[in-house]
Amino acid sequence: MTAEHAARPALADLEVGERVIETAVPVSRADLIAYAAASGDHNHIHWNERYAREVGLPDVIAHGMLTMGSVLAKVTDWAGDPGAIADARTRFTSMVVVPDAESGPPSAPTAQLDLTAAVGAIDADAGIVRLDLEVASAGEKVLGRTQVKVRLR
Amino acid sequence: MAVNTELQGASYSLPQPYEVSREAIAEFARAVGAENPAHFDAEAARGLGYADVVAPATFPVIPSQRCEGIYISSPEAGIDYSRVVHGQEQFEYVRPVVAGDRLAATTHVDGLREAGGNAMITTRTELSDAESGDLVVTVTSTIVVRGEK
Repeated sequence: MTAEHAARPALADLEVGERVIETAVPVSRADLIAYAAASGDHNHIHWNERYAREVGLPDVIAHGMLTMGSVLAKVTDWAGDPGAIADARTRFTSMVVVPDAESGPPSAPTAQLDLTAAVGAIDADAGIVRLDLEVASAGEKVLGRTQVKVRLR
Repeated sequence: MAVNTELQGASYSLPQPYEVSREAIAEFARAVGAENPAHFDAEAARGLGYADVVAPATFPVIPSQRCEGIYISSPEAGIDYSRVVHGQEQFEYVRPVVAGDRLAATTHVDGLREAGGNAMITTRTELSDAESGDLVVTVTSTIVVRGEK
């Protein structure tokens, strides 16, 4: 256990509108391969550039669920309890294009997710905070209406 | 190929429960960058009150997409997978998923409509404890099948 995980946010300390997470998540081609292996989603558009272009995409794109999973990981790490999420929902509004690295290992990040999470509502009786997430890549919103209900004490 | 709208209300189940392992949880946590020790260390998970290591929030997509896949890939569905894009996703938890869980999965085709040449399909997959039958998490997913234009 590390100290950063020991400090868990308390419901009583939060205010509606308060920004609680602001971070950037780098994404590489190697990350897409790792996610494909972990999730079992081997859709070709997430690793084969020729195939992605043939079906009308600009390049290889990230799994929508990798984007959602990466930002929810930041939320559970913030909460200090990976079982604290009661409800999470999102819309995939734009794709995250992940080009091949110019040279060298494909583990070099070529895309980035910019995440901010703010307190949208607090239900003190239920012990639940609703975080409203904004997620963009290359200046474009990639997730819309992303709301996560987190149980806190 | 046209999407078969007569399948609204149909349901599909995994033939065997999905067995949640510590290794699968750790691999998934690394893939999404989840760093809480309770994903990797059973002692840390017990410290938070869980029976074993805790799955990342979106981990249930493994069994839910597998179960949705039975529907999506069935010839009767009429879905061209190369034209599918993911529209929406929602997880409603009764309790977290932990290692050792055996999850039965059933996908219900809740919404199936065509608009402007595209088809929009909403599935609801219920993941339940295979022994008790108790619901663990509901995964609702909307996909769009792009028209041939």
